[in-house]
Amino acid sequence: MMSRLLSLRDSRDPAGRAARRAAWWQRLAPRGRTLVTAIPYGWLLLFFLVPFLFVLQISFSEVEIASPPYRALVERSEDVLNIALNLGNYTYIFGDPLYFDAYLGSLETAAVTTAICLLIGYPIAYTIARAPEARRNTLLMLVMLPFWTSFLVRVYAWMGILDSNGLVNQALLALGLVDAPLQLMHTQLSVQIVMVYAYLPFMILPLFSNLVKLDGRLLEAAADLGCRPWKTFLTVTLPLSKNGVVAGSMLVFIPAVGEFVIPELVGTPESLMIGKVLWMEFFDNNNWPMAASVTIVMLALLILPIVYLHKREEKALARAARR
Amino acid sequence: MNMLESSVNQAAGAAAGAKPYLQIVDVVKKFGDNTVVDHINLNIARNEIFALLGSSGCGKSTLLRMLAGMETPSSGRIILDGEDITHLAPYERPINMMFQSYALFPHMSVAQNIAFGLKQDGLPRGEIAERVERMLELVQMKKYASRKPFQLSGGQQQRVALARSLAKRPKLLLLDEPLGALDKKLRQQTQLELVNMIEQVGVTCIMVTHDQEEAMTMAGRIGIMSDGQLLQVASPGEIYERPNCRFTAEFIGETNLFGGHVVEDEPDYVRIQSAELPRPVHIGHGITGTLGMPVWLSLRPERVGVSRQQPVGDGNWAAGTVHDIAYLGGFSIFHVRLPTGKVVKASVPATRWREEAAPTWDEPVFVSWADNDAVVLTQ
Amino acid sequence: MNNANNLSVFGKLSLGAGFAFLYLPIVVLVVYSFNASKLVTVWAGFSTHWYGELFRDEAVLSSLWLSLKIAFLASTMSVVLGTIAGLVLARFGPFRGKSLFAGMITAPMVMPEVITGLSMLLLFVQMQQWFGHPAERGVLTIWVGHVTLCMAYVTVVIRARLVEMDRSVEEAAMDLGARPLKIFFLITLPIIAPAIASGFLLAFTLSLDDLVITAFLSGPGSTTLPQLIFSRVRLGLNPEINALATITVLAVAVLVVSANRIMVRAERRRARLAAAAA
Repeated sequence: MMSRLLSLRDSRDPAGRAARRAAWWQRLAPRGRTLVTAIPYGWLLLFFLVPFLFVLQISFSEVEIASPPYRALVERSEDVLNIALNLGNYTYIFGDPLYFDAYLGSLETAAVTTAICLLIGYPIAYTIARAPEARRNTLLMLVMLPFWTSFLVRVYAWMGILDSNGLVNQALLALGLVDAPLQLMHTQLSVQIVMVYAYLPFMILPLFSNLVKLDGRLLEAAADLGCRPWKTFLTVTLPLSKNGVVAGSMLVFIPAVGEFVIPELVGTPESLMIGKVLWMEFFDNNNWPMAASVTIVMLALLILPIVYLHKREEKALARAARR
Repeated sequence: MNMLESSVNQAAGAAAGAKPYLQIVDVVKKFGDNTVVDHINLNIARNEIFALLGSSGCGKSTLLRMLAGMETPSSGRIILDGEDITHLAPYERPINMMFQSYALFPHMSVAQNIAFGLKQDGLPRGEIAERVERMLELVQMKKYASRKPFQLSGGQQQRVALARSLAKRPKLLLLDEPLGALDKKLRQQTQLELVNMIEQVGVTCIMVTHDQEEAMTMAGRIGIMSDGQLLQVASPGEIYERPNCRFTAEFIGETNLFGGHVVEDEPDYVRIQSAELPRPVHIGHGITGTLGMPVWLSLRPERVGVSRQQPVGDGNWAAGTVHDIAYLGGFSIFHVRLPTGKVVKASVPATRWREEAAPTWDEPVFVSWADNDAVVLTQ
Repeated sequence: MNNANNLSVFGKLSLGAGFAFLYLPIVVLVVYSFNASKLVTVWAGFSTHWYGELFRDEAVLSSLWLSLKIAFLASTMSVVLGTIAGLVLARFGPFRGKSLFAGMITAPMVMPEVITGLSMLLLFVQMQQWFGHPAERGVLTIWVGHVTLCMAYVTVVIRARLVEMDRSVEEAAMDLGARPLKIFFLITLPIIAPAIASGFLLAFTLSLDDLVITAFLSGPGSTTLPQLIFSRVRLGLNPEINALATITVLAVAVLVVSANRIMVRAERRRARLAAAAA
């Protein structure tokens, strides 16, 4: 290749000139591309990936009354380089049942939220996907409309309903079903209801975009071959929508584990969720190293689901690109 | 390969002077370990309309994309009008392409689509307008100049795509499945229309298609591609009547193939014995081969006659029974089963059965053909 | 036919129940916003009193203005970065580090915001120690945080559009003599414009709505609207917040419905185009 290129480098030879021009363009092209790639790549590296290194670093340091409130890992005192790696935060996390319960509680709440979202979201997504095309868009918009309103507004809306003077208790009292208002707010139940309400759109959207691609003729073929609707659903629709189910579940589960706002506003004071623990360590206790350690452990729990979701999505995109 | 190349040169030379206009020299394209285009050599004469014909995945589209510059050859050279364009970017080549999907810019009007390439060349506005006007006239789309592509029918879109690729007066026009997106009826009507327009402009043209009818109607020469290789390059008639290999014989039209070997090899005739035929086949000309070499015989169904009387002579016929009849109106295909088990297809015109009734299922009949009807395939 | 009917009865039921679940809380919220009583859930007659209070509330107005400003700046930047990132992922083929890049696009969308917020804050603190910049947390740091979050969403929207777009249109432009940069501005950008618009809208609402990342990255002088709402809601029900929420719902409804209309029209156009080209 190289030798032929060289042999073509004869200024009288028009083919040689062409080859040289090509070489110039090919050398320039990747440089332009690299530059274009570098802009968003650099941004994400600097503002998304690199920060985790600092979190990791600070998670190994000790809290100190200073600004910022932690001791640097690497200190230079009298020409001696001191590196103090402090594992205390981690031993504390694994030793104290408070943290363990918080992690477990968060995982449990997130799992229940995911399951309920799936149960409620699937029929809705399916019905919209099977609706006539003209109505489909409007229905989807109606489902997504609450999602576009503020997250806080959605949480706040339930506070008025679940309050001890709220709509539910008023109704129960008026009907004479209870004598005194029920404690609905600040319970695990209220957290669960509001979590499902807040995260439902994240389940419906991927399910819908998966189910809408399902070829209706497959269902007709199954019916034609004598399959009852319920069985068709179990043997044809559900297996084919697996990607949507997985994507939706991940999109609900992963952020739900670290949820802070909902347990803070409608949760019980005693049972803590890990997002709230992190927040309290950081803002209330001003213990940055502890908050960093809590973050690292949470990341360790979530990194596998995140990578799994990412790989699946990339595969789906690659399939779409081939088509 | 040598023989092939010389025949290519002959045909190209016959079309225009001595020097080929486009030379594809030993071009190879690999994607990873996969060789998609395998040492292709091809010369195209000026103003020729050439068709690359093959089934999907045979490498014809990749070869076309290399001519357009969308792909770079792994090795080999492409020379157009004396200039080596192998490594030129698509936007530097004097070559334009009509895409299979037409690839009209959806946000531009018909006129803007046609003007796009001219604007890239920085032509003065007046000249652009004039050329767009002429192109619109050529493809009879003047009325639709301000329409957007989605307001046009498939046939109209196709003509706009043609006008757009001709507007820059390219040295070479590439057509990727030019009529593939049209329905069958419109396709047949458009084939000749397209050829007329191309000839009117006088542009050298290479098209890629999987439709043999399209290739045979439109092109002066056809190249048959399979598995990345160019198997035969010849005029449509020659490809059909004198296929040079088994693939071409089977790919173009219908044929009966018999495996056999040479039993008599004389300068003016050969005899070939096939296990599938009861008696030897007599060919009225010599072949380049040796006694005993294995060959294939290709016998087109329309060359095979069906009769109730036993034909004369000691070769080129066989007895059998009618196994199946496909009635197609103007003619019928008789499937005649020989005692060897081989089924021979014979296409018989309806006019053959004026004097007598056509044979029916399970009737004993004879099939026969003339001395030069069977083609010997040595590859 | 019978099967289809059975299905649609079940479908209608589930859809009805779903919509009731989604909209009932919002309806209750809106109704209570017109309650005269300071006790939100105790009805004391119709009144628009709390709307008046809201519009006289300086803190609400200034934080709203700040939120809108940040949302506009952040969504603009994230559309620029997201479009480039989408193009890189959809068009540039494989390159070294591509999977890391694609991973950094997916991760911010699902990452719990407390994690993203804390880690970014620690970065800024470290940067300030090393370079003395950014000197303090405020609009700039919030903006960086929002851009990072929003560009991920924009990238996904734009990438999906680019992947489904007919590439031969771009190749045709190249074949007709346009260089890559020109192709992008003359051909690709106009074709993906609707996706860019919806990406902008998505980024804008995400930024306007963000609380957690903002809480970590904001400084003393920069309180955004969600932060203000959060600090008040923490103390319990507040009729002024009901009024504010009602206005938010109304604004979003108008915006989404009209955006949807435009999209549907564009979609129909595209469908017609696809049908004509097929």
